[in-house]
Amino acid sequence: MTTGHTGTTGTTWRDRLAGPLADPAGEAGHADGHPPRMGFFTDTSICIGCKACEVACKEWNGVPDTGLDLLGSSYDNTGALGANSWRHVAFVEQRVPAERVELGMPGIGAPEQPQRAETDDAGVRWLMSSDVCKHCTHAACLDVCPTGSLFRTEFGTVVVQEDICNGCGYCVPACPYGVIERRESDGRAFKCTLCYDRLRDGLEPACAKACPTDSIQFGPLDELRERAERRVEQLHDRGVPEARLYGEDPDDGVGGDGAFFLLLDEPEVYGLPPDPVVTTRDLPAMWKHMGMAAVAAAAGALAAFLGGRR
Amino acid sequence: MAECHPVGFQWVMEAKERGATVIHVDPRFTRTSAVSDVHVPLRAGSDIAFLGGLVNYVLTHEKFFREYVVAYTNAPAILREDFADTEDLDGLFSGYDPDGRRYDHSTWAYQGAVAAPATGEHSTEEEVGQPEEDAHRVTRRHHGGPEHREAARAEAYGSGGPSVPFKPELDPTLEHPRCVFQVLRRHYARYTPEVVADICGISTEQFRRVAEEITRNSGRDRTTAFVYSVGWTQHTVGAQYIRTASILQALLGNIGRPGGGILALRGHASIQGSTDIPTLFNLLPGYLPMPHAGEHLDLDSYTAADVGKAGFWGNMRSYAVSLLKAWWGDAATADNDFCFDYLPRISGDHGHYRTVLDQIAGTVKGYFLMGENPAVGSANAKLQRLGLANLDWLVVRDFSLIESATFWKNGPEIDTGEMRTEDIGTEVFFLPAAAHTEKDGTFTNTQRLLQWHHKAVDPPGDARSELWFTYHLGRIIRDKLARSTDPRDRPLLDLTWDYPTEGAIAEPSADAVLREIGGVDAGGNELAAYTQLRADGSTRCGCWIYCGVHADGVNQAARRRPGRDQSWVAPEWGWAWPANRRILYNRASADPDGRPWSERKKYVWWDAEQRKWVGADNADFEASKPPDYQPEPGARAQDAIAGAEPFIMQTDGRAWLFVPTGLADGPLPTHYEPAESPVDNPLYRQQANPTRREYPHPANRYQPSDGAPGSEVFPYVFTTYRLTEHHTAGGMSRTLPYLSELQPEFFCEVSPELAAERGLDHLGWATIVTARTAIEARVLVTDRVRPLRIRGRTIHQIGLPYHWGGNGLSTGDGANELLPVVLDPNVYIQESKAATCDIRPGRRPRGPALPRLVADYRRRAGITEPTGEDGTR
Repeated sequence: MTTGHTGTTGTTWRDRLAGPLADPAGEAGHADGHPPRMGFFTDTSICIGCKACEVACKEWNGVPDTGLDLLGSSYDNTGALGANSWRHVAFVEQRVPAERVELGMPGIGAPEQPQRAETDDAGVRWLMSSDVCKHCTHAACLDVCPTGSLFRTEFGTVVVQEDICNGCGYCVPACPYGVIERRESDGRAFKCTLCYDRLRDGLEPACAKACPTDSIQFGPLDELRERAERRVEQLHDRGVPEARLYGEDPDDGVGGDGAFFLLLDEPEVYGLPPDPVVTTRDLPAMWKHMGMAAVAAAAGALAAFLGGRR
Repeated sequence: MAECHPVGFQWVMEAKERGATVIHVDPRFTRTSAVSDVHVPLRAGSDIAFLGGLVNYVLTHEKFFREYVVAYTNAPAILREDFADTEDLDGLFSGYDPDGRRYDHSTWAYQGAVAAPATGEHSTEEEVGQPEEDAHRVTRRHHGGPEHREAARAEAYGSGGPSVPFKPELDPTLEHPRCVFQVLRRHYARYTPEVVADICGISTEQFRRVAEEITRNSGRDRTTAFVYSVGWTQHTVGAQYIRTASILQALLGNIGRPGGGILALRGHASIQGSTDIPTLFNLLPGYLPMPHAGEHLDLDSYTAADVGKAGFWGNMRSYAVSLLKAWWGDAATADNDFCFDYLPRISGDHGHYRTVLDQIAGTVKGYFLMGENPAVGSANAKLQRLGLANLDWLVVRDFSLIESATFWKNGPEIDTGEMRTEDIGTEVFFLPAAAHTEKDGTFTNTQRLLQWHHKAVDPPGDARSELWFTYHLGRIIRDKLARSTDPRDRPLLDLTWDYPTEGAIAEPSADAVLREIGGVDAGGNELAAYTQLRADGSTRCGCWIYCGVHADGVNQAARRRPGRDQSWVAPEWGWAWPANRRILYNRASADPDGRPWSERKKYVWWDAEQRKWVGADNADFEASKPPDYQPEPGARAQDAIAGAEPFIMQTDGRAWLFVPTGLADGPLPTHYEPAESPVDNPLYRQQANPTRREYPHPANRYQPSDGAPGSEVFPYVFTTYRLTEHHTAGGMSRTLPYLSELQPEFFCEVSPELAAERGLDHLGWATIVTARTAIEARVLVTDRVRPLRIRGRTIHQIGLPYHWGGNGLSTGDGANELLPVVLDPNVYIQESKAATCDIRPGRRPRGPALPRLVADYRRRAGITEPTGEDGTR
């Protein structure tokens, strides 16, 4: 139950906005001895698409329903994460070779063959995956929030406080995953809190609690990462070479996610960005450029002023 | 299972993680298929062909567990010479009466069977042993006509089953041409992989893969479990689906052993419990048969057939008397037959669909609907509403105003003009019900495990539990009758209706009810097991199989000792009937000498030093009966069961591969096409189950099948099913925003090929038509539904989730409106998993144009009253 708390010593400006960061909570000012960073490992290889996570989340957090809208997107009628959907189960239907192993037949089928029941090898794969806020190591939503409504908790998670949010909406385009969203009815921004209230009471988040197959696993991020590595190896050994982790790497564009995933296909297949980058990564450079521009402008103005005197 | 039982499915996922192979056989590609190792998308209604093919595979490849089969099944039993199989009679068994469309069972008996001497209905031999003409005479004398004779069939047996002579003649070599094993081999010989593929629309490779997996995973060291749901039961041959699986599992030695068995997943929580302590017309608690009017004049005639039996059903009188004592207490004495006369009687088929027709006929005047929504959930929902509309009174207890409570103002027939509100005289009482979180009680799951649930919150407003409603209704009626001297009121007034109540709403104590069910002795001490029950009136027990659930004054069902703190069988988590036994017939986990079949699968075994059965579970056998025990001649009940006969509820102590009597539609499962099928039966001239039950009615027309004139009007197969997001007929989900938004509308699932053939657009509308009605649905075009190649033709299947109706947040037409009422002859369940229809783009007509469309279809299909009733081609 330990994470390497390094505190802020030695952290550069740049580290604070991008790149690996061992202790986001400490970096945010939580005192030494704060709890380890907590997160989700969502193992989509055992997700059965029951959507209990979606319902448990809404029940616990009092999230409004999104209305009745048949999307025609397989069994997904939630569509995407948003202000009123903090968990979202994606359903991906794919045509794939049916019996990949035993028949030794080539992978591509011939769907128009009349004798398809005997000869057609095209089967169907149905991927299910419960998406959620990633609770990024470097959370652009938090970085751009002008009111302090978004903050880093002692668990290293990112939470928006609805009583402080003023609805400016800066966080919305800042999120590289398109997670946070303003609620149409009141304009404020909402997203997964990783059940901050439950965590403070020593409980696991509602979605993880409700998940019948433990596809959603909650725990200290270090432990989850180790478990996930083992799981990927296990699946590779079992002949599932397509298993891969998404969002677990501290060297990725957001410094690693607090909520990461085991996927069975490319991230795009699940509607996830392949290479997310914290949108504030370039902020120092931008500030530098802006500063230089400001100096130049000031110098120009001064020159004009001085010139005018002449 | 993942689709309808996601919580239970966690254990399947765990097994898979531990290396289990998960095989899913289902017409639908569901959330289960998505995570299974193998999915076999067979045609709806073809499972007996598939399972029969597996039986054939097991027999022809010598994959059966020979020692188990010889010792523990009736494979060696020799049948009568005059038995004729479907092989001989082109799809019929001997004894078929084409006029009455039923079987005389006498030729199915074991060789040397003598008519049982008993007078009860369990002794079918008495009737059917007569020449046919005589049988009718006997029937009329005893039962008052053919209808009543039917009631003396499957529904009348309870779980004791019918009597057979104690011991059949056996040929342990299995070579005798008339032994069950050889009959079985011949019966299934034509269920070859090629025939299976042709009927089911799958590839022979898919079939072989399953055959190899299950046979490789069965035997001394390994076991395979089968899990089924209503996809198997809701057919005109539903009971025989389960029978086929039983044959397969018995041949493979997968019964009574850890990791084996056949598990029934029920429609929702504790349907198992409501079968054990039944809401069924033909059963009393613990599967005791409901007495029959005219047949069971007294306790002696009711119990006579069982008293002579071998096996634990031989104690049936003890179970029955203890039940009567639980209900009528001190009023029940040996002198008054323990109030046996107070029990209601059946006189025939009083099943759900018969009752609906009786409502329409005006002979059933009142109706209680408790957590049931037949105007959405039952087959041919129009027939249901016609019945509801003809009642004097209707009580609906549910969470919200379900369609069955509002049919009189907004049912589909109001819109079409087929009913007018002002013509409907039914007085409807709606009483809000408490949810399971708002009351104490038990759930009984598929493994017979009772788990207590505690009330978390009080029910809101006027909502009350079923226990509250039933108790106080009884209390008020008893108060009103208190001064009555009419003898007909004695059964109510003498009831032990003395449950303590608690709290502001006077909620009866569910624990007190459980204690009554669990049983007490004469001194009021809780009983430990059903073996303590007596026929002399000294014990009381509300359900003999639940005897012991309150042993030692402890609510055993409420035990929650974690698995990590006890043995792997976890006997102290909840309580399983009977006697907290976790695996039934577990004597079969040891060989005939009482030794485990293997170290890996050891479960209970005979300890020669202690001279008793020991092991991980409570042995389902008399604890000190040695493996070499042989019954004395004339022994009765359990004393007649030998030490190497594990199936202690069967009169011969053996698992029945062949059922010598008791089933309405044959001793061996046989592939018949669904009542409505677009294809012929390639195996036999007999197309559909000849004994299926039909209820012809102007609102319940049947469609022609298999190339009969008019069958081309309904060329597609449809099947109905559930979605994870909704609950059965929607009463628990369509009113809830968080569930409704997840599946907001009724839709049909079709393949891209069918969509192209019929011009259906993804997310557009489709109208689905049968001879009953037409409904509309949004269209989901999906690769998960695929055309099948069957009998040389392409057959399209249409999937219809059945949750919707007109009320609630998420509304839509009901899929069950389309279904005919045609039933399995054993258990009277409807065929809702396979029927035929037409589909066309666009929305259905409104108002009177809707019945006109259906009438037009009927005319085009030439449907008249007798259409579809002839099962022979």
